[in-house]
Amino acid sequence: MGEGKHIDPATGTETVGHEWDGIEELDTPMPRWWLLTLYATIVFAIGYTIYYPAWPMIGGATAGLSHWSSRDQLSAEMKSESARRKPLMLALAQIPVERLPDDSKLMHAAIQGGAAAFRVNCVQCHGSGAAGGKGYANLNDDDWLWGGDLKTIYQTIDHGVRFAPDPATRVSQMPAFGRDGLLPPAQIGDVAAYVMTLSGAARPGASAARGSLVFAATCAACHGADGKGNRLLGAPNLTDRIWLYGGDRETIVETLTNGRGGVMPAWGGRLDPATVKMLAAYVHSLGGGEKFVPDAEPQGEAQAEAGKVPAPVKQNASR
Amino acid sequence: MLPADDLTNRARNQFFEKRRKVFPRQIDGPFRRFKWLVMVVTLTIYYASPWLRWNRGPHAPDQAVLIDLAHRRFYMFSIEIWPQEFYYVAGLLVMAALGLFLVTSAVGRAWCGYTCPQTVWTDLFLHVERFIDGDRNAQRKLDDAPWGPAKIARRLSKWSVWLAIGVLTGGAWIFYFADAPTLFHQLITGTAPRVAYATVFVLTMTTFIFGGFLREQVCIYMCPWPRIQGAMLDEQSLVVTYKAWRGEPRSHGVKRQLEAASLSPAGDCIDCLACVAVCPTGIDIRQGPQIGCITCALCIDACDEVMRRVGRPPKLIGYTTEVDEELARAGLPAKSPLRRVLRQRTIVYFTIWAAVGLAMLFTLGNRERLTLDIAQSRNPVWVRLSNGEIRNSFTIKLSNMEERPRRFIVTVDGIKGRLWDESRGSDQSVSALAYDVPADQVATHSLYLAAPDSGPQQTPILIVARALDRDGGQAVGKARFERPEESQ
Ligand code: SF4
Ligand code: SF4
Repeated sequence: MGEGKHIDPATGTETVGHEWDGIEELDTPMPRWWLLTLYATIVFAIGYTIYYPAWPMIGGATAGLSHWSSRDQLSAEMKSESARRKPLMLALAQIPVERLPDDSKLMHAAIQGGAAAFRVNCVQCHGSGAAGGKGYANLNDDDWLWGGDLKTIYQTIDHGVRFAPDPATRVSQMPAFGRDGLLPPAQIGDVAAYVMTLSGAARPGASAARGSLVFAATCAACHGADGKGNRLLGAPNLTDRIWLYGGDRETIVETLTNGRGGVMPAWGGRLDPATVKMLAAYVHSLGGGEKFVPDAEPQGEAQAEAGKVPAPVKQNASR
Repeated sequence: MLPADDLTNRARNQFFEKRRKVFPRQIDGPFRRFKWLVMVVTLTIYYASPWLRWNRGPHAPDQAVLIDLAHRRFYMFSIEIWPQEFYYVAGLLVMAALGLFLVTSAVGRAWCGYTCPQTVWTDLFLHVERFIDGDRNAQRKLDDAPWGPAKIARRLSKWSVWLAIGVLTGGAWIFYFADAPTLFHQLITGTAPRVAYATVFVLTMTTFIFGGFLREQVCIYMCPWPRIQGAMLDEQSLVVTYKAWRGEPRSHGVKRQLEAASLSPAGDCIDCLACVAVCPTGIDIRQGPQIGCITCALCIDACDEVMRRVGRPPKLIGYTTEVDEELARAGLPAKSPLRRVLRQRTIVYFTIWAAVGLAMLFTLGNRERLTLDIAQSRNPVWVRLSNGEIRNSFTIKLSNMEERPRRFIVTVDGIKGRLWDESRGSDQSVSALAYDVPADQVATHSLYLAAPDSGPQQTPILIVARALDRDGGQAVGKARFERPEESQ
């Protein structure tokens, strides 16, 4: 607009020159300090992008004078966290696993740590809720193939089940009675019928009666005469309501025919003892944990273990 | 035409505006003395509060007012607030806002004029300035003087005192967030956490800059409150007013004598500019109400002194309302202050303010210092046990919000079942679980509940936690016991 400045008479301030229905906008000048503050923030922003990684380039962003990266920050944080947890891990390494319940603080920490380690290492087979699946044990219930006290759970996790590379692994074998021709199909059917009566899933009948004879001769060696299983052999209790592979007739016939032999890796080879202890504590805490009952001689064993120098932390100490 | 000190008389054709420095003159009078009193009270509260002690027993800090961020607790005398009770703080903020509305509608911008930290600290800094540089005219002279040893010495000493006040201010602030004596010792010995020093530094600098240099610019350009307040003022609000009907036509010197001789009516204002000289925001109140006026009332003191000297009635500038002003101009008596204060708007504000306060007091007095949070495990929802029973699991959080260790008994109502937790097996199930929770802490446990598998798919149950101590108390949480679909 050419015809000079519009000055608002009431305030003496120049207007921007537009008018909307008689309303004009004042062109109030900014205070100088305000403007200087704005410039200062601009300078700061430029400095910031020089100091920190900021400007996008073709192969990435500028590194900035600070060479800061979120990855470095994370690893620094992990390092300080593992330093913070060092005393805990040391205490865990030293305590015999069955003594954990005596130290409720340590036990609590172990359960927490075990839950985290479980999510990383175990959920692939046992599920995120530890409820397992066909062939993978549900760790929430009160049925244990090899035993459910802290020490036994530790042993199972440490050395695995049917895990060939570990000489101390738990071994047992459910033979493939049908495939290997140990029992004819008719007898397999009879045994299945009998097994189903053990847990009350089926009524006794002629087939089951025949099966009971086969069972006594062939299966009782591992599963016991009463079918209650044998934890030393990892032979499942057939009288309860829990089935690793399935308790329906078809599945039982399949189990008898082809045998079963699930494998669990020996975690002692991959995780440090403290983490395995934490895993044992976590699994034990899921509601089915059993009380540790010392054998005749474990006193000396426990002492020997307590006196042992803690093994160096192998991995996972940061979790 | 417009006086030079007019806030709105801006330089034209300029992109920015240079700030005109304000050198308020010292003045004494009833309002000034009241401001002194308010300053002493508010600063004492600010600096002394963190040092007050309050015995809470061996399990809690003994600082009366403490915002313990690390442990997420807020202590205020006998009240302790947990993070989930933050609504009390929200309620306090609501009350503070309503209180401001109430005060504003009753007595105008009293917050700005007397108690706002910006006002109080600026006032304090102004006194330091006067002590070192002298009053208005001396300050002006010094400001215009070229830089020389004397000026440098004065500036340095002034700024050091300001900085010292700033350090004290920032220092007092951090005492609200940690045990004051301990932190003080740490600060002195250089062992305090870095964030403490950083906070002191930032607050020192903001105090120094806001109180020493930005002053009225904060009120005019940075603070949102004057704009809100402006919208809340009405014709019944108390504002500092120049009674133009009395003061005009203003005149002084020879002109005034001529007017007196000619018997033409002269106004009471002798145009001595005393009101402008004392104004901390540098405005001329005679131009009417304006955003720059924080109603500090110092111009009232100044003008009253002048009026006394020239033998005119006081309160040519005074606290008054628009309505009263109309009445006074018409020669009628003003409305009674009581009727002015007890009007609809103030009563509504007060009612809401009091209702919020009473509601908070009531809930504070009746709150249970034990809470029970229940999370039902959904992964898996149920587990079948070897004897065929169905088990559900819950994660419970027991908060012992008292400052003493307590024992709680947890039971389940609504279903016939067995109960155990993460520390035992299902073979050790019980009908009630006992937990010792340390003072002021939360205990988390897994609760396992087993019941026969025959029954509805969902059974509503209640998980009950009872405190076993002299005051008792209990918390109840609702949950459901879930069974597999096929077992119905
Ligand atoms: S005009 Fe008067 S009341 Fe308003 S800020 Fe200035 S001195 Fe204070
Ligand atoms: S102090 Fe009073 S008399 Fe002096 S200029 Fe201000 S209003 Fe007028």
